Amino acid sequence: MLVPGKIQHIICTGNLCIKEVHDYLKTLCPDLHITRGEYDEETRYPETKTLTIGQFKLGLCHGHQVIPWGDLDSLAMLQRQLDVDILVTGHTHQFTAYKHEGGVVINPGSATGAYSSITYDVNPSFVLMDIDGLRVVVYVYELIDGEVKVDKIDFKKTTTTTAH
Amino acid sequence: MMTGVAEDEDKWLAAGIAGLQQNAFYMHRAMDSNNLRDALKYSAQMLSELRTSKLSPHKYYELYMRAFDELRKLEMFFKEETRRGCSIVDLYELVQHAGNILPRLYLLCTVGSVYIKSKEAPAKDILKDLVEMCRGIQHPLRGLFLRSYLSQLSRDKLPDIGSEYEGDADTITDAVEFVIQNFTEMNKLWVRMQHQGPAREKERREKERSELRDLVGKNLHVLSQIEGIDLDMYKDTVLPRILEQVVNCKDEIAQYYLMDCIIQVFPDEYHLQTLEVLLSAFPQLQASVDIKTVLSQLMERLASYAALSSEVLPEFLQVEAFSKLNSAIGKVIEAQPDMPVVGAVTLCSSLLKFSLHVHPDRLDYADQVLGSCVKQLSGKGKIEDSKATKQIVALLSAPLEKYNNVVTALKLSNYPCVMEYLDNETNKVMATVIIQNIMKNNTHISTADKVEALFELIKGLIKDLDETLHDEVDEDDFKEEQCSVARLIQMLHNEDPEEMFKIICVVKKHILTGGPKRLSFTVPPLVFNSLKLVRRLQGQEENPFGDDESTSTKKIFQLLNQIVEALSSIPAPDLALRLYLQCAEAANDCDLEPVAYEFFTQAYIIYEEEISDSRAQVTAMHLIIGTLQRMHVFGVENRDTLTHKATGYSAKLLKKPDQCRAVYACSHLFWVDDQDNLKDGERVLLCLKRALRIANAAQQMSNATRGSTGSVMLFVEILNKYIYFFEKGNPQITVASIQSLMELITTEMQSDTTTQDPAADAFFASTLRYIQFQKQKGGAISEKYGTIKLSDS
Repeated sequence: MLVPGKIQHIICTGNLCIKEVHDYLKTLCPDLHITRGEYDEETRYPETKTLTIGQFKLGLCHGHQVIPWGDLDSLAMLQRQLDVDILVTGHTHQFTAYKHEGGVVINPGSATGAYSSITYDVNPSFVLMDIDGLRVVVYVYELIDGEVKVDKIDFKKTTTTTAH
Repeated sequence: MMTGVAEDEDKWLAAGIAGLQQNAFYMHRAMDSNNLRDALKYSAQMLSELRTSKLSPHKYYELYMRAFDELRKLEMFFKEETRRGCSIVDLYELVQHAGNILPRLYLLCTVGSVYIKSKEAPAKDILKDLVEMCRGIQHPLRGLFLRSYLSQLSRDKLPDIGSEYEGDADTITDAVEFVIQNFTEMNKLWVRMQHQGPAREKERREKERSELRDLVGKNLHVLSQIEGIDLDMYKDTVLPRILEQVVNCKDEIAQYYLMDCIIQVFPDEYHLQTLEVLLSAFPQLQASVDIKTVLSQLMERLASYAALSSEVLPEFLQVEAFSKLNSAIGKVIEAQPDMPVVGAVTLCSSLLKFSLHVHPDRLDYADQVLGSCVKQLSGKGKIEDSKATKQIVALLSAPLEKYNNVVTALKLSNYPCVMEYLDNETNKVMATVIIQNIMKNNTHISTADKVEALFELIKGLIKDLDETLHDEVDEDDFKEEQCSVARLIQMLHNEDPEEMFKIICVVKKHILTGGPKRLSFTVPPLVFNSLKLVRRLQGQEENPFGDDESTSTKKIFQLLNQIVEALSSIPAPDLALRLYLQCAEAANDCDLEPVAYEFFTQAYIIYEEEISDSRAQVTAMHLIIGTLQRMHVFGVENRDTLTHKATGYSAKLLKKPDQCRAVYACSHLFWVDDQDNLKDGERVLLCLKRALRIANAAQQMSNATRGSTGSVMLFVEILNKYIYFFEKGNPQITVASIQSLMELITTEMQSDTTTQDPAADAFFASTLRYIQFQKQKGGAISEKYGTIKLSDS
């Protein structure tokens, strides 16, 4: 799956840290969207980013700027501020996916299982999103005790929350 | 001049071919009419073309091949003649009447072939006669081709065991004798070519010799095909005779080629059993022979032989292959004191590979080889010759590739000694090879001792090996190197906390010698690896009876403090601040209030003194506030001090919007969800009001400088914070306050002087939608919002 040509967009919350990782992601897919984490050596990544894919508006932010860290209500505020259906943030190294009336908040977790002061026992994880019309299916891949576990979550967008 | 010669040669060749073809034509006519006399006459004339001295080996070969083809037809004719009643013995005698010796001998061999097939005399007798008659041609080129002809004809007619020409009890000896004699004579002729002609044409002669070498080597191949030769015969007769000729000919080209031939052509099993004899020949060879290549070939073949099947291994032990090879190499090096370093190292490298393949469990053998390498290199200082350096790298890489486990390589005591001889650049390359090997194999380097040994080995990457400034170091390369060291540090692990702590201490010791350029790469992974250890120990309570020596989280934090402090030498304040905050949070989780406070102090000092870039300050504030918000370990006083400072910094950020946002973020410092005693509604409201004042001030500033009051974005943000705390149950935040803020925003948005901001509009709209949704939700939350009025927009 993680070979060049299969993925159309990569959305990355940040803390790739070094250019080498950035370049690697670019080989998987040239359409790479990334926001700045506090350990990124590239200072020119933006703090937040929005993009449209199909019928969905997506927002991206590392998450250390949203206090309290990992707090759903504060993240929902950011979601309202960016005016997006799907908000993707990170920083906590813990996969979460919340659905609320305003849309969806996703945290793909840490792809490397890196240490976090916020989460104990980080399992490496990433998320694959399949956007089709008004529906998005979120597949989460987690490496737990040496095995890859996959879960999926469905979201359907109601037309009232579309274009403003 | 050379082209002139080549052109002439083509002319002579063409003439030779023409002559040959013409005589062949008449020969065919004679054969068709069963005219033996004429057939002989014209065949002799035809063969006379081969008497030429004018052709190079390459061209002579062309002529020879045509003659060869014609002679096949002649041979068939001779066979027919004997069926028609001609006596083969008479024919054998008849052809010797040919005028010139070369044609005579070609004809004799051809008849000889038919004679042997007729079985009227033992094969051995005819072969003996032929091989001795060929002595008549002493010209190297002509002699070689003649004897090659003999060899080709005789190949399937040797009195081998099981062949139709098998003779009496000595039949194999006879066959061997014939081939060896032909071989010996051919080699002599071949060697003689070296000295024919003027010295200035030596290069050309050597090239021509090279073209002919397979003619000589073919004889050895024939020997290897003789069924009747068993190991004993090979050992007692065949090999000694061949080696005798090889050594005695004293010719560099022949010796190199033939030794190689022997090794290629005879089975590895034989080599193993005759190892001593074979090896004893090497020191007797001419000094200029490239022995190391041949020896390496031999060792490689034997290594492959060992790899084929494990049944073979006991043989290696039985013949003491390793020690024989080892001492042979020693003798060779001794015999050639002028051998360049690359030669000695290549030999060691081949022997090492041999040892690794054949005796993988004998680390002492491998270490021995490395030891001899060190001996060879001693006194030479850092090796400059790039070929030698490459060989040393190959030598050092071999155990890594074989065992796929650096820890095994670490057991070789001479390994680091060899590395010492590499120049700094190559040392780093080798260190990188080692790290890559660890990564690829996920090698577990589990004790402090091994880590110490490893870091000693890779010290070229850890610190500057010499004092000279390295301006030539490419920045990208340097970064790549350091990142691989960082990855290595992350990989170090031991389940036992005591041992893990020791490992961390070892790594710290080494990376602190790295200098400012390296610390920003090496400190973070060590810090995070240490924090992982802290987390592991967290669960365990401090043992009041435990001794002071045991690892405790306190000790690790002391170490962490020293490690992060090292960053000040670069300086790297942003990184240091982040790491101090990480440590603070970890200390918080361990309930170590003074330690956490100390880390916060350090972070604050860095913020005050070293972070002056506005953007960096904003990020730093996010991290400080975010971390502080999560602290539960602080008592009231400490918490107050830190919070007060944080809000102070927030209010002093350069840009008003940044100030506003930082200040309202600070509101969360006074309200922590899971701790009831940390819910100070009043101070929350104070923060939000302060944020409002700053937002207002921003509007006024904008009005003053740009003539319009700027966007209402900040107000909408603050409104959302009001909502947040309202929903959390902060009694200080009333529906009325929310309502009035909403009205304020609406008014501002409708004012002419306000900058239009679609983003702010959208944010406000979605905020209103949210409130609406909450109102309609039902239950407690709905009640809370009950009295709120939303405008129609």
